[in-house]
Amino acid sequence: MNTVTLTVKKQPELYLELEKVNPDEFAGKTAAEIEKLPVYMGKETDTIGDFFTVAGNAGATAAETKIVINGDCTKMKYIGAKMTDGEVVVNSSCDMYTGSWMKGGKLTVNGDVHSFCGLALKGGEFTVNGNAGNYLGAAYRGDWRGMSGGVLRVKGNAGSDVASFMTGGTLIVEGDVDIHLGTHMEGGTIILKGNANRRVGGQLVKGTIYVFGTINVMMPGYKPVGDVELEVDGTKATFTDYIGDLGERHPKSKGNIVYGHLYMKK
Amino acid sequence: MSEFIIKNGHVFDPVQGIKGDKKDIAIKDGKIVDKVGSSAKVIDAKGKTVMAGALDIHSHVAGPKVNAGRWYRPEDKHFDSHKVPGITRIEGGKSIPTVFKTGYTYARMGFGFVMEAAMPPMYARHVHEEIHDTPIIDEAALPVFGNNWFILEYLKNQEIENAAAYIAWILKQTKGYGIKCVNPGGTEAWAWGLNCLTIHDPVPYFDITPAEIVTGLMKANEYLGLPHSFHVHQNDLGNPGNYTVTMDTLKLAEGIKPRNNFGREQVLHSTHLQFHSYGGDSFANICSKAKEVMDVFNKNKNLTMDTGNVTMDETTTMTADGPFEHHLHALNHLKWFNVDVELETGAGVVPYIYSPNVTVNCIQWAIGLELALYAKDPMRCFITTDHPNAGPFTRYPRVYSWLMSKKIRDAYLNSFKHADKVIDATTLAELDREITLYELAQMTRAGPAKALGLGTDYGGLKPGMTADVAIYNIDPDNFPTSGPEIEKAFANVAWFFKNGTICVENGKVVDMGHKETFWVDVKMPENKQVMHDVREKFLKYYSLNEANYPVPESYAPHQHIIAIDGVQG
Repeated sequence: MNTVTLTVKKQPELYLELEKVNPDEFAGKTAAEIEKLPVYMGKETDTIGDFFTVAGNAGATAAETKIVINGDCTKMKYIGAKMTDGEVVVNSSCDMYTGSWMKGGKLTVNGDVHSFCGLALKGGEFTVNGNAGNYLGAAYRGDWRGMSGGVLRVKGNAGSDVASFMTGGTLIVEGDVDIHLGTHMEGGTIILKGNANRRVGGQLVKGTIYVFGTINVMMPGYKPVGDVELEVDGTKATFTDYIGDLGERHPKSKGNIVYGHLYMKK
Repeated sequence: MSEFIIKNGHVFDPVQGIKGDKKDIAIKDGKIVDKVGSSAKVIDAKGKTVMAGALDIHSHVAGPKVNAGRWYRPEDKHFDSHKVPGITRIEGGKSIPTVFKTGYTYARMGFGFVMEAAMPPMYARHVHEEIHDTPIIDEAALPVFGNNWFILEYLKNQEIENAAAYIAWILKQTKGYGIKCVNPGGTEAWAWGLNCLTIHDPVPYFDITPAEIVTGLMKANEYLGLPHSFHVHQNDLGNPGNYTVTMDTLKLAEGIKPRNNFGREQVLHSTHLQFHSYGGDSFANICSKAKEVMDVFNKNKNLTMDTGNVTMDETTTMTADGPFEHHLHALNHLKWFNVDVELETGAGVVPYIYSPNVTVNCIQWAIGLELALYAKDPMRCFITTDHPNAGPFTRYPRVYSWLMSKKIRDAYLNSFKHADKVIDATTLAELDREITLYELAQMTRAGPAKALGLGTDYGGLKPGMTADVAIYNIDPDNFPTSGPEIEKAFANVAWFFKNGTICVENGKVVDMGHKETFWVDVKMPENKQVMHDVREKFLKYYSLNEANYPVPESYAPHQHIIAIDGVQG
């Protein structure tokens, strides 16, 4: 695997949109060619070379390309967005849309990410070693297709509206989340190691949410149906199984109504 | 103004019966002329196809429901917003493009005129603001009447003259073009949570049937002698088994004679017929009844239709057929927008994904193509996608490729997940017809121009006509064989002249042209009864003042007014 190292040499005046910073765009390019790729700031188009020093050439394909980004990326958007393979490591915090629409590969952020990250994630592994903002792993504004595959792990806390419209994949938040976790969920798995604020699983049709901590206020549409022993993300424990959201329509499968499940650790 | 001469192109012009002959087309001062001077700019169209600018008879491109679609679907714009170098503004949106993208894209496809097919009179100002902001193309809008309280009351009492006077008043107030009717009676019934699913279901409270509304509006249209005929979106849209309702409605036109000074021969235009040609009694056994419907259509010379071709895209459905949109929302559970427009109409908006893996969608796709292929007279059958309902208008070139090549459409048909079921439920696989360039010119130029009453000036290349000319990179002697090639050629004109000005060159917009808003001004003696009713209804029911209702001049600064005398001989 070839490694391309980008080091921030100049901070953008506004916010920088790095739609071209991912292994798919870099594949088959030399450092000099990578420097010429466009980046967008407001209505202006600049190049990667204007803001970064680029070292190392990319591999022939996305799968053979690793990108390491050093320096302060808090004003950089879209890092790793739409990547399908390869690896990206960011040694900084980054701004919005990081890892959104990702289809494969591995993306690691050694810092925090802002809101709207991991949107409509389809595949791959996206790990945030700091905290995440709002709308993590959710659907794009207005869309009804959220995260549908892959694994998204946040070591710290996340904001509100996490995993809205989720239909598949696994999202793990090791810290706490704010309101509206898993709204409109129609599949997939959410594992919350910390505590949640209000309205967990509102309008959820299908899917599973595990909560290790507490929920500030439980939705009225959830009903406890018994206790179960489970192993969740390496932890064995007893959980109370709630079905819901009973206020929603629920599909039938083989004559039985399909409910979503909310497991609260005892 | 400059002069042009387009040399050596293969000309297709149904108005003069020219079928691909090499002929020079001369343009002077925005008109087609016999000859121009030696200083005229020469356009070399060797090995290219020359046609008049196309006209879209039915599209939803401006107004409150289009805008509702835009603001409630930010995701439609997200991956489809581009700024291309040049004089154009940023273009955004896929199924509900911005006004700029709408104007540019139509022009790039060689279209010079687009009819906004449903204008709620109360929101006419909004419609005209968006029309004015749409560059290059000429536009007009049809106010909706089929669920209007005035119309329901006048027609119930058989007062055709009062209905006509009210229509003339509305056309003037809204700068409208003709009579549109969506789900006659059904949208009003929807206010009671009901619908009109046959032409004999009475509208609650008003106690009038869709058949009476359709017949009454056709008569009022001919009483006024409007340039376009009555334009109907029939009852029971989109439901299995609805073809009988469709045929019943088409038969209502029997015996009604056109009366106008525009050369129009039809009294009823049936729109997006694809959505109205379904057999079976559920979505499990839905099948095509295109042949049956087209048999009725082909026999009755006083009808025109457009196809409403499904293009297999993710799109945004929007219609004044409120109950249908609720029905669609209940099917796909996607977001639903619904509104009632006081005394006049209503509307709904729901996103929809036509998928090659869904048998019903594939059958709909096939029916749209069957309709065009069964049409005996291409001058009466027009190609539309009912943009954006069956698909975005940007896919017209793709629809042409399916209609013009059996090989291309059969390859697509056989690629469907349940191709066998689609072939069983339709007759598309048996059809060998391929639409020719001449027939395409009839279906997209001369035909719609004539049906809209614009046949004297548009849709042809006869000297004296307006110089809307599209030149495509298509050599008729060496017609492209692959779908993508055909699409590319029809989507990017070599040149497009609007009113004698080159607006598009090599697929790139180079001039914004001088777009006009067409509307019909009917001169009528004042009808005291109707004016009394208008005043009374505004005081009693409307949420706005009568004086705030008309569209002022400033909302439509570039008007093309078709003035007619409503009580002609």
